[in-house]
Amino acid sequence: MNTPTSVEKIPVTVLTGYLGAGKTTLLNRILSEPHGKKYAVIVNEFGEIGIDNELVVNADEEVFEMNNGCICCTVRGDLVRIIDGLMRRKGKFDAIIVETTGLADPAPVAQTFFMDENVGAKTRLDAVVTVADAKWLKDRLKDAPEAKNQIAFADVILLNKTDLVTPGELAEVEARIRAINPYAKLHRTERSNIALDEVLGRNAFDLDRILDIEPEFLTADDGHDHDHHHDHDGHDHHHHHGGLKHYHDEDMQSISLKTDKPLNSDKFFPWVQDLVQTEGKDILRSKGILSFKDDDERFVFQGVHMILDGDHQRAWKEGEERTSRIVFIGRHLPEEKIRKGFESCIA
Amino acid sequence: MSDLSAPLPSLADRARVVQADSGIVGVHFFKQTPVFVLGEEALLFAPVEKRTSVAIHGGGILVSAGDGQRIVTGGDDGKLVSTNRDGDHEVLATDEKKRWVDQVALGPDCAVAWAAGKVAHLRTGKGEARQLELPSTVAGLAFFPKGFRVAIAHYNGATLWFPNAAAKPDVLEWKGSHLGVTVSPDGRFLITTMQEQTLHGWRIVDAKHMRMSGYSARVRSLSWTHDGKALATSGSEQLILWPFEGKDGPMGKQPTMLAQSPSRCSAVACHPRQPVAAAGFSDGSVMLIRLDDGALILAREADGDPVSTIGWSAEGQVLAMGTEGGVGSVLTL
Repeated sequence: MNTPTSVEKIPVTVLTGYLGAGKTTLLNRILSEPHGKKYAVIVNEFGEIGIDNELVVNADEEVFEMNNGCICCTVRGDLVRIIDGLMRRKGKFDAIIVETTGLADPAPVAQTFFMDENVGAKTRLDAVVTVADAKWLKDRLKDAPEAKNQIAFADVILLNKTDLVTPGELAEVEARIRAINPYAKLHRTERSNIALDEVLGRNAFDLDRILDIEPEFLTADDGHDHDHHHDHDGHDHHHHHGGLKHYHDEDMQSISLKTDKPLNSDKFFPWVQDLVQTEGKDILRSKGILSFKDDDERFVFQGVHMILDGDHQRAWKEGEERTSRIVFIGRHLPEEKIRKGFESCIA
Repeated sequence: MSDLSAPLPSLADRARVVQADSGIVGVHFFKQTPVFVLGEEALLFAPVEKRTSVAIHGGGILVSAGDGQRIVTGGDDGKLVSTNRDGDHEVLATDEKKRWVDQVALGPDCAVAWAAGKVAHLRTGKGEARQLELPSTVAGLAFFPKGFRVAIAHYNGATLWFPNAAAKPDVLEWKGSHLGVTVSPDGRFLITTMQEQTLHGWRIVDAKHMRMSGYSARVRSLSWTHDGKALATSGSEQLILWPFEGKDGPMGKQPTMLAQSPSRCSAVACHPRQPVAAAGFSDGSVMLIRLDDGALILAREADGDPVSTIGWSAEGQVLAMGTEGGVGSVLTL
């Protein structure tokens, strides 16, 4: 129903991370590097940004529930208003960065882009970037549910302040992150130093960019590549693999399921809708590439809690394995129930 | 449904076009002179003869209100500015934290209400200042037609504020995010636009709820008909009018739907004297709609540039329309 328009949607990057992890350092870096781009920045506290930027907006992080009978459908009310206001000045900036407070849940920010028609028509969510403190993250994962949420939700994780920990501690914290979210792009950084194209312009929510869903391994700056694309289906946690420790996080996990048999779309859609309706509160992110019976096109979807966004992506290529794969990242996910449900969708 | 293939009678070619430097976000009148509010810094006075642009904000203009005597604007520079017919302007207030001034309403006796963040402010015609802190950000402001009372929309309801009384404000509760507010001209009903694709209303005397739903988008533009008996709204692929006659208002009634369109209604303005409404659509078209029988006249051709604002001069002889792309049209009837 959207009127076709040549106007590009403005990309929005969500910058999250626990207190003191280095979000503001990264933000200052983004604003000060000579990239020729202008960013509108939505922050929580003025004054933290050292860079003179015309378009800095103070937000109050107001999380509002929607009246649609869906308990986890929350939006950031302040973002709805601010983006309305900013879009009156379109042409003055190329992209928007939303910096959340250290205690924020990224979900309401992400959901705002799917729930508000006006925001969704004019802007698009690019990626959720989480900055984590290499020294303290391990402790925060134990005592701060917010920190765990931010890791689980992320498309890109900067494991920052790596200069303050030993290689052993670093491997440990990376394994902890991977236990929660094996799919995010992980970078080791010092003082949030990173090439900006690793955090901006990621298109992480773009259905066309869902190419494969494989666990990501460290994109290390140390030239040392772990290079093992093992399957995560087996779910045998607590194993050692090429020297990399594997952990099982007690309350936040990912589930990955796949099948080479085509799925029945008449079974799959009701099942996945029902799943996110009943378990959506605990499912933070979901993603899938699907092969349906009698359908020559790949179907892809991605979701945030109860909101699912899906479409046919392209024709299956000649010789391409028509494997259906879905992943869920969430809290206390009923793995057996999900696995059985998925298997029952096989045509 | 009307026959879409038959060409509508059109006045579009009689409109004069006013090209602005940035998107148009509002339009108001000083007598017959339309003044376009631009998204960026300035007001554009557009009389037939000589156009003048007056820079009044150091940044974007977020909100505006006009009463024929002055145009009051709020900006992302944290300022509230009043401009008169000669283009003379004065800063009425500056937010100390440079927060956005994004709500403005004009009241009787030169009173102005505005808001920045969670604080609603009021300045009386004599220059006295009042303020009220709300539990969440102020998302809509409207004066009551009579008495000195301000309606404030916010999360989970609306607050009725009596700035001159020590009394505690009344609160009308309804769960959810209320993003705009209007009061019926007879003062009996208060209606909010919500984050969801619905309006919520209260009959003020007994706080009885009414829900007006069925929209395809969030409602962003509201206008009362000349006689105050119906509320015209955007947010659907036609003009939606809710009846407010009778003691129950729209409760249990169906809205009137006019001017079926292939695109979504984005701005509405009822004629101040006649049973006529102007409705602008996201494809750029503007229709004049006779409310008695739904007869249509095209006032602006579709060109793909969404209509962002529509306004009538006080007597209703001049219609001004503005688009997101910064094209103004002025039609003298």
